[in-house]
Amino acid sequence: MSELNELSLAEARDGLKAKRFSARELTQAHVAAVERARPLNAYILETPERALGMADASDARIAAGEARPLEGLPLGIKDLFCTEGTRTTAGSKILETFTPHYESAVSANLWRDGAVMLGKLNLDEFAMGSSNETSAYGTVISPWRRNGSEAAIVPGGSSGGSAAAVAAHLCLGATATDTGGSIRQPAAFTGTVGIKPTYGRCSRWGTVAFASSLDQAGPIARTVRDCAILLGSMSGSDARDTTCADLPVPDFEAAVSRGVKGLTIGIPREYRVDGMPAEIQRLWDQGAAWLKEAGATIREISLPHTQYALPAYYIVAPAEASSNLARYDGVRYGLRVPASDIVGLYEKTRAAGFGREVKRRIMIGTYVLSAGYYDAYYVRAQKIRTLIKRDFEQAYAAGVDAILTPATPSAAFGVGEKASADPVEMYLNDVFTVTVNMAGLPGISVPAGLDAQGLPLGLQLIGRPFDEETLFAASQVIEDAAGRVSLPKPWWA
Amino acid sequence: MSVDAQTVRRIAHLARIAVSDEEVAPLQGELNAILAFVEQLGTVDVSGVEPMTSVTPMAMKKRADVVTDGERAADVVANAPETEDNYFLVPKVVE
Repeated sequence: MSELNELSLAEARDGLKAKRFSARELTQAHVAAVERARPLNAYILETPERALGMADASDARIAAGEARPLEGLPLGIKDLFCTEGTRTTAGSKILETFTPHYESAVSANLWRDGAVMLGKLNLDEFAMGSSNETSAYGTVISPWRRNGSEAAIVPGGSSGGSAAAVAAHLCLGATATDTGGSIRQPAAFTGTVGIKPTYGRCSRWGTVAFASSLDQAGPIARTVRDCAILLGSMSGSDARDTTCADLPVPDFEAAVSRGVKGLTIGIPREYRVDGMPAEIQRLWDQGAAWLKEAGATIREISLPHTQYALPAYYIVAPAEASSNLARYDGVRYGLRVPASDIVGLYEKTRAAGFGREVKRRIMIGTYVLSAGYYDAYYVRAQKIRTLIKRDFEQAYAAGVDAILTPATPSAAFGVGEKASADPVEMYLNDVFTVTVNMAGLPGISVPAGLDAQGLPLGLQLIGRPFDEETLFAASQVIEDAAGRVSLPKPWWA
Repeated sequence: MSVDAQTVRRIAHLARIAVSDEEVAPLQGELNAILAFVEQLGTVDVSGVEPMTSVTPMAMKKRADVVTDGERAADVVANAPETEDNYFLVPKVVE
């Protein structure tokens, strides 16, 4: 048998149930792998003692015949989810000393179901970034490398630590969040599966806020089934988040094997963007062919406002961020730089505590919300958001069950390769994913092949509101057809 | 639309972020790159379109108007850089 940390989450669950190994053994294998993988910088904080304590408690429950759905399964938690008694930084220097006195709803749901916490995973600062290079705790290095090269590759972002840890077998699965593509783009870059569920499926309570009308939590894991299992535990209604839906959580795992017979899959022509690499186009065509062979009908559709989603996002998201991040003022928590008056205290604290990308976005948000510009920028962007959502509603009303697109416009790039002075170059990474956040829809990224340099590429499926089940069914078809990605051997250990 | 150096300083002050003289020019360039990128939204016909206020159709949840939490002052101030008797300390604001 392979190392215990190389099992899928479902295999590990079944192995624990059959008592082939203990939760302590499974956790110990992960703790050792995490220690060896420090050069990847995927974890900001390792919590091995807590992990082994939780594993022992799980072994006791398994022995007593009281195992819960995720009993004894070791996971990594993106450092944007508040964890009671365990430091939570959001990847920012301004929260370097912040230890929450409460637990986020999503992580609390995982512990309720018996999961084990290995530690807190690296991310772009306040989840603002597409390469994990904006973290105050250093860049995450992808376990992937180009063929014949030792150059460091980014894992994507903002959930870069989550994606790298899952791809490098440093946890069985991880929590992540997605505001414009922060689950799906890193999943695509690392050959892993990541789903952003419908807005409202998971509670946002206790998750550090970036853009509240766009933020959603979801899992990254190595298989479609593992993602379905994790999402089932992470979701659910919560009175503390007024935007969290009061809907029952479906049996996502059961949906994985449903197949796509009789479904209609839309192919939006506006996603065929100028300069798209031929291999991305081939992958997309291949994905459609796989779904067709499995019994789906493929139909070309139009989503005419697609091109406006990214610019509208760069008004809405910074506007909400400027408001959400106003709380970091050096008074109530985190960093404080002393000054003789209160305004000086705010200004110096925020100047020292926030990184460049975060400052940039707060300032853009402040500008578009300021007197005289609010209607021209913010209100116009929200009207365009209505149009983007309407495009999807019309496609679904015409009988489309899910929409297939590439997940990203290219494979992962090298560390430092996109450090140009123009921030927009980095933003273009999210061109295929951001529409989904703007419309509040569920979207999943599933590995579908490798590019010419040996780096993974993903396909995205977009669903109807609260129909993640169809996405699991269709992505399982792609996973079966493409074959499980062969993840990199540990060159870092 | 684009911003000049004076506007960059004004926005920074509104956002309560101190910027040094050397930071103004690079920030001006970056902010103008983003503003140039969003300029294309001006070409979309939005007449008669309602701005989005809720991404999923849902009624605002309400709860009974009763106290459900509290008496946790020590927890609330636990992460504050400076406190005294469960109060946050700041430089003198009112003379």
